[in-house]
Amino acid sequence: MRGEITVLGAPATRGNPAIGYMPQVHRTFSGTRLRGWDFVASAVGGGRLGLPITSRDDRIEIDRVLDLVSARTLAKRPLLEISGGERQRLLLAQSLIGNPRLLLLDEPLVSLDPRHQDEVVQLVKTLQQQLGITVLFSAHELNPLVGTMDRVLYLGAGHAELGTVDDVITTPVLSRLYGSEIDVVRVDGRVFVMSGGHHLEEHHTGPHSHPHA
Amino acid sequence: MLDYDFMRHAFAAATIVALLAGTVGYFLVLRGQTFAGHALSHVGFTGATGAVLIGVPPLWGLVVVTVLAGIGMGILGEKLAQRDVAIGMVLAFALGLGLLFLSFFTAYASQATTLLFGNVLAVDVRTVWTLLALGLLSLAIMGVIARPLLFTSLQPDLAEAKGVSLRLYGVLFLAVVALTTAESAQIVGVLLVFALMVGPAAAAQRLTTSIVAGVAVSAFLALFEAWLGITLAYYTDWPSSFWIVSLSVAVYLLSLASTRLSSLSSSRA
Repeated sequence: MRGEITVLGAPATRGNPAIGYMPQVHRTFSGTRLRGWDFVASAVGGGRLGLPITSRDDRIEIDRVLDLVSARTLAKRPLLEISGGERQRLLLAQSLIGNPRLLLLDEPLVSLDPRHQDEVVQLVKTLQQQLGITVLFSAHELNPLVGTMDRVLYLGAGHAELGTVDDVITTPVLSRLYGSEIDVVRVDGRVFVMSGGHHLEEHHTGPHSHPHA
Repeated sequence: MLDYDFMRHAFAAATIVALLAGTVGYFLVLRGQTFAGHALSHVGFTGATGAVLIGVPPLWGLVVVTVLAGIGMGILGEKLAQRDVAIGMVLAFALGLGLLFLSFFTAYASQATTLLFGNVLAVDVRTVWTLLALGLLSLAIMGVIARPLLFTSLQPDLAEAKGVSLRLYGVLFLAVVALTTAESAQIVGVLLVFALMVGPAAAAQRLTTSIVAGVAVSAFLALFEAWLGITLAYYTDWPSSFWIVSLSVAVYLLSLASTRLSSLSSSRA
């Protein structure tokens, strides 16, 4: 395979400041009462040499991203004491540092209960529209995202399909992707993907949100 | 008590080492690398005894061998994770080798005890200057790398995505940890470096919620434990290392209790 990768119209580069990234965090922070504010702040100019002391401009930027996710009060609490959904909000704030135009969110819904999943999805959608940025959101579970995503990249059995939810999440397309019989069931605007009557668990969605889609 | 030269040297050495160990230890605990400090001290024992064997001051053997081992651990990095059996065997072998070197010279028992458990009251003025120079060097390196080190410690995946080298700061930090281990071993011996490098830092992690306060409290606790330990040793004639370790454990237990209390009162509120 040959091709070219461009990001926002320019060749891909390492550490591109136009890209915001929210990694999965596996750490539990069990032995420390470090508050969220310091955690978020560590990413502001985090590559600069010197002491980790925030300047006035740094603090303005930290307050700005915390306000975007309404987490100024939350950031005063130790990471150890906040819930999974609250932690995702802080991570989201951190990924918005430096005004990125493209946001990559790596499985932000993992190990959240349905209510918190909804909150994260709504927050991401609001931010995407408010800031006019592109969001790439990877997930295992399709249902929490139906209705908020503009396009979906569905990966299954080594193949990929890109399009709108209505184009991609259909019985014929998914059956072709997997090379076996797949049923897509729609109930009340929700979509269920089943194989031989079982709910499929393959890694499957990569919904995009485009500002002008 | 301060009329005696050896007591003044002891306090000077303890001050330098405690401030360094408290500061570096905070990052060590935050990064979950406390085992590295332990491992480096064991390897350092071999360096110290080897140095004595060839007629060099043990501190230099400690410094050279721990720094080399620290850089090596930093370069291997992730590959060392989950290798606890292999690491344990290397550490056991290091101590065994140190024992062999010790057996080659005559002042065997007292030298061994000093290396293993420290004897801050035996520190001479030359050692104090060496500790000061190495301590200032370590703190200077920390002053330069602290910010990216913190970023790579708290958010390694994001830092890497932003082009910050995890390996570079991991290696530099472990080199500083190695120097700190060598210094701490002068005060409490290679077996008890946890007392100065981990105890105060772990307590500070529980007592504070911000980085700046955490580092300050960690350094203060290390200083407090070292000074009080030496003072108690002077009046009781018990080993200073015993007192420092006991205070370190006591302060850590108190920090656990205080967190317990504060979470109880906040859940009631």
